[in-house]
Amino acid sequence: MADFLMLSLVPLVVAVIISLTCALLGNFLVLRRQSLIGDAISHVALPGIVASFLITGTLAASAMMVGAGVAALVTVAMIELIKHLGRVESSAAMGVAFTAIFALGVLMLEWNDASGVHLDVEHALYGNLESLIWFEGQHWLSLFDRQALADLPPQLARVTWVGLLVLAFVIVVWRPLVVGSFDPAFAASIQARPILTDLLLVVMVAITAIAAFEAVGSIIVIAMFICPAAAARLMTNHLGHQIAWSQAFALISAVLGYVLAGYGPGWIGVDASLSAAGMIASIAGLILLLACVFGPHRCRESSQAVSDA
Amino acid sequence: MDAWLRALTFSTGYNTSLVTLGAMLLGASAGMIGSFILLRKRSLVSDAISHATLPGLTVAFIVMALLFGDGRWLPGLMIGAGLSAAFGLWGVQHISERTRLGEDSAIGAILSTLFGLGVVLITVIQAMNTGGQAGLTGYLVGATAGMLAGEAQLIAACALLLLIAVFMLRREFLLVCFDAEYAATNGVRAQRVDMLMLLLLLAVTVIGLKVTGLILVVALTIIPPVTGRFWTDRPLRMVAIAAICGALAGYLGVTLSSVRTGLPTGPLIVLSAFFLFVLSLLFSPRRGMVAMLAAHYRFKTKVHLRQGLLALARQEAIYDALTLRVLRRHGFIRRDNVPTPLGLAAARDAEHEEQLWSLYRSLYPDEAAHLDHLGLEPISDCLPPDTVMSLESRMHPPLRSAL
Repeated sequence: MADFLMLSLVPLVVAVIISLTCALLGNFLVLRRQSLIGDAISHVALPGIVASFLITGTLAASAMMVGAGVAALVTVAMIELIKHLGRVESSAAMGVAFTAIFALGVLMLEWNDASGVHLDVEHALYGNLESLIWFEGQHWLSLFDRQALADLPPQLARVTWVGLLVLAFVIVVWRPLVVGSFDPAFAASIQARPILTDLLLVVMVAITAIAAFEAVGSIIVIAMFICPAAAARLMTNHLGHQIAWSQAFALISAVLGYVLAGYGPGWIGVDASLSAAGMIASIAGLILLLACVFGPHRCRESSQAVSDA
Repeated sequence: MDAWLRALTFSTGYNTSLVTLGAMLLGASAGMIGSFILLRKRSLVSDAISHATLPGLTVAFIVMALLFGDGRWLPGLMIGAGLSAAFGLWGVQHISERTRLGEDSAIGAILSTLFGLGVVLITVIQAMNTGGQAGLTGYLVGATAGMLAGEAQLIAACALLLLIAVFMLRREFLLVCFDAEYAATNGVRAQRVDMLMLLLLLAVTVIGLKVTGLILVVALTIIPPVTGRFWTDRPLRMVAIAAICGALAGYLGVTLSSVRTGLPTGPLIVLSAFFLFVLSLLFSPRRGMVAMLAAHYRFKTKVHLRQGLLALARQEAIYDALTLRVLRRHGFIRRDNVPTPLGLAAARDAEHEEQLWSLYRSLYPDEAAHLDHLGLEPISDCLPPDTVMSLESRMHPPLRSAL
């Protein structure tokens, strides 16, 4: 049991918080058909972090967050620029921008490979949830021990703050966000500032992606954004219910994924553990698959009406 | 620099030359098929396909490692990658057609979950402790440095085949891209052609894995077509230009990476392609930013010139600095802003033009609304001579009565 506390509690909690936060924002991305902006932003976290390392020379969390944030903003600006100046269709503009920036990141990383950078492409891509070890977590009583608590990995506090920030954001701008998700033209006409909310949503996605980056890597976080929300979209027509479903799916995929990855091999007698982040993404995908096959609202309204009639 | 020159002229040995050639063929075929996908507005489908290759790659590796002890056989890995990419493609199609979710959600969900599954399988391989597992991470960001001659030959041959296939099918693809219904009436099976297009895209992706890595291979199918779009409005020319850009990117990328050991090929190819894109964005004569800025500047000076001349004719004071500069440059006013005889003559002409135009606008408002930049061009360039004549005669009825 002490093992669990020391090795698994923190990663599990971090995974759950990230999943819930991502799924909350994902609802709006899916409704606005902007899922791929999450894709683009999470890809460019790596170049941002590499650049900030090259400039500051440290792997301090704050510098890395700033670097990744700047990279996300640069990418969004570049996408808009390419879209408007070059009159390029938006998904293609996205593809041009994020692949180029990602390539730059990989190049910088490999270029400085010889000088002993403690960063590698694999971890950036699929994260390292298992490294969040709580050394002082020897006993359940440690949960109430101030000194032991001070030793908790700093990532835990970081993702908690980000989670609270996102929650506050969604509550504060709830109305403009919802109106803008369903009818941007109407939102503009009642001065709900759809462009401002759009931008804020993108910033929130960027912050979440960056916070999640260290733990689950830049590609698997896309699964956390999209899968639970997409699955929830197939379950109900009510936005409140959809968010509730997405949170439930996120919770299930995080817990089940982590447990299966950490303890699954042990159950069949193999002494190894699998990538927890990857397993969480797989479970989230499985949930989406089930929702696609059995979800009560899986069809478009019009086709459903036709089949009903 | 010297090393780069030697690589550019294909004189650094058989293997590097072969890899260069392979990358060029790959870039060309990716550019061609990507153009059609761009016209279909489905560019990011290739992102889903490329990420979806990872589970297939790893499963193929595991199976081959269990059977033969070494899982690094390229054709086997390609088959595995192709199968799982096909599954991913099917998933994207199925989700976006059969459910209410948009294609963007389908792409995002498929690419991330299949990648996640692949990552899980990579940790399975690590737990298996077989040899050669380091070779697998080369597929993430590409590795041509240690490529065997046989592998390079395979990639080059496949890329050439794809190039030929896309070239043969270009007309059907084009027809389906622009008007699927018309294609159907012409006996082209639109859905089958569409599927074929996506399968060729899949094949390019799988072949490109080893060269650029699975995350960057999508760039080869997006950036060159977008670049080609800047230079022409004719689709087949755009496909050709995209193929040339792709080949050029492959050529530049591979040769640059041979300059120093440890330089990754994939990112360099992508950045070369991006460099070509930026050049086109800035300097293409039709849609480039420089051309657009120049056109805007020309338009602005034209407006200022006309307004300045009208002000001279009506003897109004001019305060706008740009207007004064334009007039001075044409020699219409002196340094102290007094109009020259030349300027007065031009001002009279401009005033006359303006009156003709305003008469035309009041007589034929509908036709006038159809003309662009009304009133800036000389009226005799825009309207047929008889119309101008009739306008002139309407404007000076007193003259006729005096006769």
